[in-house]
Amino acid sequence: MTNSPLTPGLAAARLPAQAIAAGFSDHDPALQPHEAAVAADRCYFCYDAPCVTACPTGIDIPLFIRQIATDTAQAAAQTILSSNILGGMCARVCPTETLCEGACVREEAEGKPVEIGRLQRYATDRAMDMPQPFARAPETGKRVAVVGAGPAGLACAHRLAMHGHQVTVYEARPKPGGLNEFGIAAYKATEQFAAREVEWLLGIGGIRIQTDTALGRDIALDGLAADFDAVFLGVGLGAVNDPGLGAAHPALRDAVDFIAELRQTADLSALPVGRDVVVIGGGMTAVDAAVQSRLLGAENVTIVYRRAQDRMSASHHEQDHATASGVRIRTNATPVALHDTPAGPEIEFAYTQDGPQGLERLAETFRLRADQVLSAIGQRLSPLPWGLAQESGKIAVTGPGRTSRAGVWAGGDCTGAGEDLTVSAVAQGRDAAEDIHAYLMGADHG
Amino acid sequence: MADLRSNFIGIKSPNPFWLASAPPTDKEYNVRRAYEAGWGGVVWKTLGMEGPPVVNVNGPRYGVIHGADRRVLGLNNIELITDRPLEVNLREIKQVKRDWPDRALVISLMVPCDEDSWKSILAAIEDTGADGVELNFGCPHGMSERGMGSAVGQVPEYIEMVTRWVKQYSRMPCIVKLTPNITDVRKPAEAAKRGGADAVSLINTINSITSVDLDLYAPQPTIDGKGAHGGYCGPAVKPIALNMVAEIARSPATRGLPISGIGGVTTWRDAAEFLALGAGNVQVCTAAMTYGFKVVQEMISGLGEYLDDKGMALSDLIGRAVPNVTDWQFLNLNYTTKAQIDPGLCIKCGRCYAACEDTSHQAIAMLPGRVFEVKDDECVACNLCIDVCPVEDCITMRELVPGTTDPRTGRKIETFANWTTHPNNPMAKAAE
Repeated sequence: MTNSPLTPGLAAARLPAQAIAAGFSDHDPALQPHEAAVAADRCYFCYDAPCVTACPTGIDIPLFIRQIATDTAQAAAQTILSSNILGGMCARVCPTETLCEGACVREEAEGKPVEIGRLQRYATDRAMDMPQPFARAPETGKRVAVVGAGPAGLACAHRLAMHGHQVTVYEARPKPGGLNEFGIAAYKATEQFAAREVEWLLGIGGIRIQTDTALGRDIALDGLAADFDAVFLGVGLGAVNDPGLGAAHPALRDAVDFIAELRQTADLSALPVGRDVVVIGGGMTAVDAAVQSRLLGAENVTIVYRRAQDRMSASHHEQDHATASGVRIRTNATPVALHDTPAGPEIEFAYTQDGPQGLERLAETFRLRADQVLSAIGQRLSPLPWGLAQESGKIAVTGPGRTSRAGVWAGGDCTGAGEDLTVSAVAQGRDAAEDIHAYLMGADHG
Repeated sequence: MADLRSNFIGIKSPNPFWLASAPPTDKEYNVRRAYEAGWGGVVWKTLGMEGPPVVNVNGPRYGVIHGADRRVLGLNNIELITDRPLEVNLREIKQVKRDWPDRALVISLMVPCDEDSWKSILAAIEDTGADGVELNFGCPHGMSERGMGSAVGQVPEYIEMVTRWVKQYSRMPCIVKLTPNITDVRKPAEAAKRGGADAVSLINTINSITSVDLDLYAPQPTIDGKGAHGGYCGPAVKPIALNMVAEIARSPATRGLPISGIGGVTTWRDAAEFLALGAGNVQVCTAAMTYGFKVVQEMISGLGEYLDDKGMALSDLIGRAVPNVTDWQFLNLNYTTKAQIDPGLCIKCGRCYAACEDTSHQAIAMLPGRVFEVKDDECVACNLCIDVCPVEDCITMRELVPGTTDPRTGRKIETFANWTTHPNNPMAKAAE
């Protein structure tokens, strides 16, 4: 008997394989040359352009769009990648509506910004088919350890390698890429883009990646500090916040794990999903988990967020994508308990409202059927920093990622500096690399 | 709606929009469809002398200049006069004119520069029923190498001579089409008038190379690795055409000589501008070649609406701007304006700032929050900010009335004074 969205409980292959494949195909396909030319023609080449200011990596957007408009996409890619070596992934996952496109003057003029993200992908896609355009400076003899092969670590490693340093990247997981590989929705980076981008990036040389090596388990900060001339920590956030539903329940699962498993599953028809899925949270992870559950064939998928909808950190674009995918968004409700009933598990929520003391839980509750409860209520650093000063549960940094320990830098989600965006992590990794470079060369010559 | 009926040198048409002699008017099929679409008249593509027709290149004939979104701003062509037999053209002209008696049909002509050739072609077209002839003294490529087209148009004496023959051997109204590839368009216009022309039409196309193939290192359009200059037309040439029309309209020697305005007319507004500068009607080609014959419908409705809004008749518009075309030396040097930016319309692109700061007078301040403000004490009112602003009317010019102080000079603004009386002018006439 074949499964369908109505099959009770957890089940795989709720949809035909072709339907699943179609759902997980590139959800925002690349611009064709004609489309790119039309889109590029809309750029006004603004002075001191607001889009550049809004980009955490400060890509010279008007310049790269002009380069596309004049049919030199390779030059455009060079412009992008010299500021953001993961410009290809950022073109796919950046919340552009709140960054560059949100600042575009044509957004103000017509409510229709220049399609910066898609143009960036147009240029960088071409670069991915070419050898990496950056060359290494002469060998400095300096060695740097980078912990974490996510966006921050990779950006840091690449910039260090460019400056002629030898970089060893330690990655806890079996594959590099960090959240690009394990954390974002599959349809945003199809055809193994994350892995291909890492491979392309490593083409610069001078970078060695050692996987299955976790800080605190296989290696220690003291050891790295002793063995290397500098250390960069881009470890991300290893632990998830507790939804406060008491003892572990078989239906309860962390959304980050769910997405990671999905991303590493070769045959999505083999991946079970509930008939009724409830996702707790209001960010991009919640949307990614919810939409992908629908694409696997879940009948009812509900995102439940504890505050009002305008407080959700998922962008409007993401929220629209969720609702257009058939996900229901409920707000002002917080989980209180999981119940087992003869019909299956149910999750109980209490209504909430904003009060003078913050969010207040009301007495009235409601229940939703939930074969799967995916918790996406944020991540935290685990274990707590290795003797490093911290701030709000994250590694405290000053300036370009300097931690409280000399010779140790940090960037990305594990620090409090950014907005937990890929593009911010790239900027922090890059800037820390420049600071490390200055430190290393200053130590020689100063 | 306003009455758009036009009477140009006795040639009547339901509106002043004619298709110029060019590929769109090469044959009966096109001309019928043009009339059906609403064109008031056509100038049939240039006929040559009897005998084997000219041949065209069999590679590309056109080059192009694109604006944003591949909008056609200019076309260049290396096509010659009609390459169809004379008798076929004559038969078709006769048939079309009989079926469309209310539309203007003018025949463009180009034959070698001798009296017999002109006499015989005029005899040949005598019984077509066409309303007039246009002498093609403008085509700048191919035919000019054979002593015709602009080779005639560049020698005022030839223009006068041929025009005289035409008036001698034909009773038809005669329009002389001028080439812009000269130094002073008034000279050929005067020659045409001396020869007895009923009107001039201008401009024909401009000598041009539109682009270079950067793989073949050859001009485009490229014919087997080589390129020859072509004739440039389309929106890009409108400013050149408007000036030449105005020069003829206001020159004492040619004032009152009817003008058919040609050169980049794309919308009703372009047409209205030609009319205001003295053209009695307009001829269109590139707009039709870009968008098809239907564009005339916007021209008709637009001009009608404009005339209605102004409460004017078509004849009121013709030449209305001519008295305001003058020489630089007569411009009021005390007329003072300042740019002002409407912050409510500003989209904060900063192009005005870049243009002013980098290339003009450093008269725009960029304040926190990307607020752009004109510095009145630096602004010379050059207009560049307005020209580069993407938003219409976001930046406008504000006039400072005489008696107020110009913050830039610190001096009171005086009443009218021009260069002829300016103290810095060594040739100034005493203003006593």
